[in-house]
Amino acid sequence: MSASLGTVFNVQRGSFHDGPGVRTTVFFKGCPLRCSWCHNPEGLAFEPEVLVRPERCLGCGACVEVCPRAGGPLPAGSVLGTGGCEGCRRCAGACPSGAREIAGRTMSVAEVLDEVRRDGLVYDESGGGVTFSGGEPLAQPAFLLACLDACRRAGLRTAVDTCGLAPREVVEAVAGRADLLLWDLKHLDPRRHEELTGAPLAPILDNLAAAASLGVQVWLRLPIVPGHTDDEGSLRDAARLAASLPAVRRVSLLPYHPTGTGKLGRLGRPACHSALAAPSPERMAALAALFHPSGVTVTIGG
Amino acid sequence: MNDRTARLRQASLDAVPTISAERALLLTEFYRDHLGRHSTPVLRALAYAHLCEHKTIWIGDEELIVGERGPAPKQVPTYPELTCHSLDDLRILDARPLTSYRVPAECLEAYERTVIPFWQGRSLRDRMFERLPEDWKQAYAVGAFTEFMEQRAPGHTVLDDKIYRRGLLDFKADIARSLAALDFVADPEAADKREQLLAMDIACGATIRFAERHAELADSLAAACREPQRRAELQRIARVCRHVPARAPRDFHEALQAYWFCHLGVITELNGWDSFSPGHLDQHLLPFYRQGLADGTLTEAGARELLECFFVKFNNHPAPPKVGVTAAESGTYTDFANIDLGGLLPDGGDGSSELTHLLLEVVDEMHLLQPSSNLQVSRRTPDTVLAHALRVVAKGYGFPSLFNADAVVAEQLRQGKTVEDARAGGCSGCVEVGAFGKEAYILTGYFNLPKVLELALHDGVDPRTGVRLGPPTGGPASFESFEALFAAFETQLRHLVDVKIRGNQVISRLYATEMPAPFLSVLIDDCIARGRDYNAGGARYTNTYIQAVGIGTIADSLAAVQRLVFTERALTLPELVAALDSDFAGQEPLRQRLWHRMPKYGNDDDAADACMARVFDAAFRAIDGRPSARGGVHRLEMLPTTCHVYFGSVCGATPDGRRAGAPLSEGISPVQGADRRGPTAVLRSAAKMDHIKTGGTLLNMKFTPAVLQGEEGIARVAQLVRSYFRADGHHIQLNVVSAETLRRAQADPDAHRGLIVRVAGYSDYFCDLSPALQEEIIARTEHREV
Repeated sequence: MSASLGTVFNVQRGSFHDGPGVRTTVFFKGCPLRCSWCHNPEGLAFEPEVLVRPERCLGCGACVEVCPRAGGPLPAGSVLGTGGCEGCRRCAGACPSGAREIAGRTMSVAEVLDEVRRDGLVYDESGGGVTFSGGEPLAQPAFLLACLDACRRAGLRTAVDTCGLAPREVVEAVAGRADLLLWDLKHLDPRRHEELTGAPLAPILDNLAAAASLGVQVWLRLPIVPGHTDDEGSLRDAARLAASLPAVRRVSLLPYHPTGTGKLGRLGRPACHSALAAPSPERMAALAALFHPSGVTVTIGG
Repeated sequence: MNDRTARLRQASLDAVPTISAERALLLTEFYRDHLGRHSTPVLRALAYAHLCEHKTIWIGDEELIVGERGPAPKQVPTYPELTCHSLDDLRILDARPLTSYRVPAECLEAYERTVIPFWQGRSLRDRMFERLPEDWKQAYAVGAFTEFMEQRAPGHTVLDDKIYRRGLLDFKADIARSLAALDFVADPEAADKREQLLAMDIACGATIRFAERHAELADSLAAACREPQRRAELQRIARVCRHVPARAPRDFHEALQAYWFCHLGVITELNGWDSFSPGHLDQHLLPFYRQGLADGTLTEAGARELLECFFVKFNNHPAPPKVGVTAAESGTYTDFANIDLGGLLPDGGDGSSELTHLLLEVVDEMHLLQPSSNLQVSRRTPDTVLAHALRVVAKGYGFPSLFNADAVVAEQLRQGKTVEDARAGGCSGCVEVGAFGKEAYILTGYFNLPKVLELALHDGVDPRTGVRLGPPTGGPASFESFEALFAAFETQLRHLVDVKIRGNQVISRLYATEMPAPFLSVLIDDCIARGRDYNAGGARYTNTYIQAVGIGTIADSLAAVQRLVFTERALTLPELVAALDSDFAGQEPLRQRLWHRMPKYGNDDDAADACMARVFDAAFRAIDGRPSARGGVHRLEMLPTTCHVYFGSVCGATPDGRRAGAPLSEGISPVQGADRRGPTAVLRSAAKMDHIKTGGTLLNMKFTPAVLQGEEGIARVAQLVRSYFRADGHHIQLNVVSAETLRRAQADPDAHRGLIVRVAGYSDYFCDLSPALQEEIIARTEHREV
């Protein structure tokens, strides 16, 4: 894919929680991590996927009628273009109720800019801007860098929300262009990190240190998933890490909420965390208190 | 609230709205003796004086601000000279389950024996319907528009600062000067002006007498009172009522009481729409407040108590109910008295003060149905004031609503007002713009935009009734292009606006000649100077409004026709019209396609928003600047109150996928559930309308309580509001949804698609959450409710 094209699964306007002010968040499709609690599961795979809301399906057969594939449209969760699918997207186009959708569309940098500059007045009023999130935006580096450059030329402030797992040169290039990095840390214990995310912790921390040395502001974002990431030792380590890096201006503790479990159903997968409850406000406050000795600003929520 | 105001508030909440025949009986008695013996203005003034002299005076336990329109709180008088209730009307009011009014047996008897026999055929409404043209009656009957003055007098009137600077005795002196200056040789209208001015003079005297009767009652209550503190209060009340409104108030208490007597005078004289409002209360009271604190005669607690006593008075006055109601129609008790806070000073400075904050606290503590309150937000309004208002909004009362004071000024400058008059103006009723104390801005009725499209799609015939309302502009098969269809739409629009205006002219002349309002005319510049009544163009500015309803529904409908019929050519226009006529029978996939897959206004979708702007421009061209028979011109306004429900009930299915009979979109808000891209997209879409060309637009937005949680949430929403106002948006009302709304969304997801739930960093559409998650959100919402 050329530098001016990327795969995006959502552009959400009016976001209050992805950096300062009111923002537009562009969600890049595809992520190298596999966190079991992920609330954007349609952002994990790099390829476009079929989403189905069975409760909205009228059974009208419009999708079957237009589908050139023998056997009809792909079931929920399938990757577009596999199993005889031509990837024509006509099934979703024909669906009258919006029951069938394709998560993931190709966007050009110009198209992204056309979307994100629409809320310019709100950014002006609120000190907001554009946040590139995902999935993992650094996993589409050429597109991300082109978007960041285009935003800069348009005078829009940018933030990049990353899991930190990417080649060093990509991290450094992004850190050199974005106004803010929202750096997600899932767990500070290397073994647990690998268990929970399927990815090693060390390169993420090395990248963080490298990015932090380049002068960009960093907000650490720690998802608090009960029984998974709310380990107090890990959080104390995160506090020490935050205090050791002057670039880190804020730590955000993001309480788990089972919003994403509904989306798993749309992908045809079982909702594995449906039994998981959100942490209580008291628990969140107690965890936030662990950061007070470090002197770093800590917030609950974005 | 202190103990006193808590008890007064509770008593007001507990009082049962009841119809009182007292005013109707007094008026009938007066008219029997006096009809034909005076000029119409003098007759009206003497009738008002008769009411002021003979109506029951009420001073309640513990009250500090006194005076009721009825014989007691929530006793609602009737106005048979405007419109006379039938016995059936009264029985339905008594029996209906929602917003019922108790009708005592003696009231029914009085109506049967005295009121109905005299007023039937004499009431203005009866005479109005005799004179209205046939095509007006037809369009009215099928629900193409409504008529405000059919049941109530011209209203939407707000007072400026004049009564805080001068008393009615000063106005009497002005009237005397105007009378002395009349030139009966050179001015052919001098004789009429004399009658008008004499009537105003009588009305001033009547109001002073009304206040004096309160002083007399307070004195006698004081004499009988054994409790020293209350005795002193009653003596104080008597002193206040002897001083105001005859003379200019000297302190905070007198200022509030002076307004309240003027308020009662206006709503006793006639039953004007939207009651009457004090306007910039914080600005008007500030000198008295500061002076009282400085000389030690007032404390903050004392001021708060008086304001709360004052607020209770508004709540004691439910709207007089309509006639011709059906059991199903619920109406509302709200009479739309609205208090403006903040805003601009006439010299352009910021109008907010410490009193704005105190009043916001009172609004919060009292949270009564009436008065409503709004914050006028200008570029100069400090963030702290806006944040305070939003903290009250976050409680979920639905107020204060927020207005763009800079746009309010720009709208008035376009209408030719001076910049000082425009800044001293503001908003009343729902969202209506006016130059307070100097303007008659009269709403004449709601106008059903989607009905116009129905006519364009059916060759000028109303599909529901088969009645021809407009000229033949061709059947659906005749439109070769979207442009041809839109041309037919404009022809039908122009025709229906003409019909509406023809009716307006008849009604305007009736009020101008038959139903003058001499007391209101005293209060509104320049009626005294011109010797002309408020209802006859006496005010410095007169504007006559038609309020268009259903802009979201029609924008989405046109966008869908444009896309599906003329661009994609997925079906023909006759096929689509046939589907609409059958209410999509057997065509649910088509309906869902129209509902879910077409461009929708409210999503910053340029195709749908262009349709919105085009309809708006067409309505503006059809209405704005057309002369009114009361003086001034017609103007466009974009607000619905609850009329979108009625208009929807008389419209068939529409091309946006809306089913027959379902409500239309409300105000300039997107179709219910059609906004899927969050609040900033709604605001962008709404700002594509040229608000400055209107006299007000109404935008409602719903948030779950979590959005307005914490200082950061308040700040973000304030920034959204500021950005909308920078784009010339006129008004925004932020509704914090209740658990009940969320339950309705569960039951009817299609109508609530745009409802966004935000939970600390995550957000999703409520209707897309699983039932279990929805339950959790509802539980959280319930938890936060007061």
